[in-house]
Amino acid sequence: MRALRRYIDNIKPHFEKGGKFEKLNSTFEAFETLLFVPDQVTRQGSHIRDAMDMKRTMSIVVLALVPALLFGMWNVGYQHYLASGQEGTTLELFWEGFKLVLPIIVVSYVTGLAIEFAFAQIRGHEVNEGFLVTGMLIPLVLPVDVPLWMVAVSTAFAVIIGKEVFGGTGMNILNPALLARAFLFFAYPAYMSGNEVWTHGLMEGKGIVDGFSGATPLSMAAEGNVSQMPDATDMFLGFIPGSIGETSTLAVLLGALLLLYTGVGSWRIMLSTFVGGLVMGLILNAFAVNPFMAVPAWEHLVMGGFAFGAVFMATDPVSAAQTKRGKYIYGFLIGLLAILIRVINPAYPEGVMLAILLMNVFAPLIDHYVVESNIKKRLKRANIQAA
Amino acid sequence: MANVYKIQKGLDIPLLGEAEKVVRTPDPARYYAMKPIDFNWMRTKLIAKEGDRVKAGSPLFFNKLQPDVQFPSPVSGKVVAVNRGERRKILEVVVEADDKIEYEEFGKGEPGDMTREEVVDKLLKSGLWSFIRQRPYSVSANPKDEPKAIFISGFNTAPLAPDNDVLVKGEQENFQRGIDVLSKLTNGKIHLNLNASYPPSEVFTQAKGVQHNYFKGPHPTGNVGVQINKVDPINAGDIVWYTYPQDIITIGRLFEQGIYDATKVVALTGSEIKKPLYYRLLRGRSIASLVRDNVNEGELRYISGNVLTGNKISSEGYLGFFDDQITVIPEGNYHEFVGWAKPGFNKFSTSRSFFSWLQPNRKYRIDTNLKGGERAYVVSGEYEKVCPLDIYPVQLIKAIMIGDIELMEKLGIYEVDEEDFALCEFVCTSKTPVQSIIRKGLNMMIEEMT
Repeated sequence: MRALRRYIDNIKPHFEKGGKFEKLNSTFEAFETLLFVPDQVTRQGSHIRDAMDMKRTMSIVVLALVPALLFGMWNVGYQHYLASGQEGTTLELFWEGFKLVLPIIVVSYVTGLAIEFAFAQIRGHEVNEGFLVTGMLIPLVLPVDVPLWMVAVSTAFAVIIGKEVFGGTGMNILNPALLARAFLFFAYPAYMSGNEVWTHGLMEGKGIVDGFSGATPLSMAAEGNVSQMPDATDMFLGFIPGSIGETSTLAVLLGALLLLYTGVGSWRIMLSTFVGGLVMGLILNAFAVNPFMAVPAWEHLVMGGFAFGAVFMATDPVSAAQTKRGKYIYGFLIGLLAILIRVINPAYPEGVMLAILLMNVFAPLIDHYVVESNIKKRLKRANIQAA
Repeated sequence: MANVYKIQKGLDIPLLGEAEKVVRTPDPARYYAMKPIDFNWMRTKLIAKEGDRVKAGSPLFFNKLQPDVQFPSPVSGKVVAVNRGERRKILEVVVEADDKIEYEEFGKGEPGDMTREEVVDKLLKSGLWSFIRQRPYSVSANPKDEPKAIFISGFNTAPLAPDNDVLVKGEQENFQRGIDVLSKLTNGKIHLNLNASYPPSEVFTQAKGVQHNYFKGPHPTGNVGVQINKVDPINAGDIVWYTYPQDIITIGRLFEQGIYDATKVVALTGSEIKKPLYYRLLRGRSIASLVRDNVNEGELRYISGNVLTGNKISSEGYLGFFDDQITVIPEGNYHEFVGWAKPGFNKFSTSRSFFSWLQPNRKYRIDTNLKGGERAYVVSGEYEKVCPLDIYPVQLIKAIMIGDIELMEKLGIYEVDEEDFALCEFVCTSKTPVQSIIRKGLNMMIEEMT
């Protein structure tokens, strides 16, 4: 490692101000700090610091996404083989999915990081680690057959309009990964909805087994075919068509465990989102006038992207509510709205995405009222004493 | 036990190098210093010039913003240096001590028989008024104010903090006399706050004329700011004074003997100290002879105070005015290969993302590495876990960042001091310089008010 360190120290001057590659300073710094924690010491305030930093935080989240990613790759292969009537070993299925998913991940990271690096250089900042997570989330919430150029366009839109115009990581109002998905959903609906997009090869329509519809449980339910829905175990384990990483509630829960144990993800938001979803499910059950409304409340939690959204999207600390009480309200409303949109508005079977984006917008307002109550308490205290 | 306040939020950072409870008296040092930077909101004006002779208790400088408040020399001798920093800001006034200390004579006095004016006058003349500070803002108290209460924290929860019971041992009379002096200064209560986790020294429990409050909880429970917030919070317009046990003892000695006897007990702590002990010495002493041959090898950081709020000094630097602790820890100016990705069995963190959670009772040797780069706020809810004040820390910090005085006021800036936010700074994933932001906010408030 010493040789590597020496090499970095040798080339470093070229990237500093006045050097040959000074325009690549931020990029160089990003890679340098990735390899070596900087030798920077505390200059003011507390002399010692917690070992936790942004790189660690973000890599924990990426790690938490790995079960969903691996299962997603396997499921892509599984669904494709199912649709085309082939048989294959677990490894073959996984390999099939791996080949299809990897390019999407590469495109998402390359596009996003290139933009991040460019903005960091223009601003003279260090490159933020936020996109490490966003870059992984985007592929996981897309259908497998989405054209790669669309991945690039939506990623660019999300990073530039969703994040950089507000000032970069930490300043954004909306969750960038969801924004990318929403952008695709509204800009290219043909590739983001319907029954054909979720399984590889279905849109071309060649060699498909008769009777394989490719419909997700949600679209079946929305069309009133509740009886055709796969059973709850399959939905929980994730043997269903859907976005790449969202299908397996089990894989998502494994990630959730890691987030909760390390304290990186907010248990308040996760819990209240699930509670909110459950409550709305029960309300709908009580007033059920069609089969979808009668779907047992708890089944909603394993359908579609609900679990994935609750665990990985709603908990994004930047776009979520930041106060303790605010987090409960924010999560609860996401759960409530997600199921409401999903069931009542058949045009948007994936209500989770819209619910989270909507609550992202309201999160600062929720926080405002929570903080305001603290302010009122303080004023009251002063008045009592004055009286 | 009358009032026990239980505090849940906070954090005890498990550091190596706690001082053994043995008090030694080292040989006197040659150099002593008073440091204007130990005081907030100072515009220093020298009284003693380089080459002047001073006695113990002679004023070295005063604060132009509060001309009544003077700052006394701890020893007699010759002023040998006035060390300045950027823009000729005075950092230290160094006195070379005589072999035998001569004292400025202020006259004895029985506080019970004196009026408030006489007490104030004596404290101002002797320079010991500088021990008394006020909230809001943590600046020297204004003698013309009448505080609604005086708070004394009788215990310290900071990392490796000295045990106050050791510090005050055998000083019962002086402590009581000091309390009697303070009781002349306010018509309100004097709150003496003690730790409920163990039976405190009789010096504290037997003190008369005070209200005893008991606290239980992790750091920053020992911070007077937290105690005020729980017992009798500060509202807009309120003024509360505070001072520390050893300072009260010094005030007691002034009234008993008529002189400024700067003796205090200080803990020498930290993972790099070979023999961490307590020392009885004079305020402002150079630490050189205490740390020479008593530290481990390597590049070290010497801190007057604790690791969270102390000031960096050199190995020949001087003990800060209010500090009763010196901490020595390793510097962290090294590159660690993929440090952020390592399992981290030996890295202390409040998050359980490092495998050090496997050993919950372990103590750590933590260095000064920043351990990451400064970023915008991303993670939320971190500060709240370690901040027991009924305040929204991040919102307050953001209000300060944008300079919104009215919002700062509403969010409770009157109640805080930077030390109350030191743990927030410690845990911050974004490595935000929290304490200096809070100080900036407090300074903005003072400027706005005056």
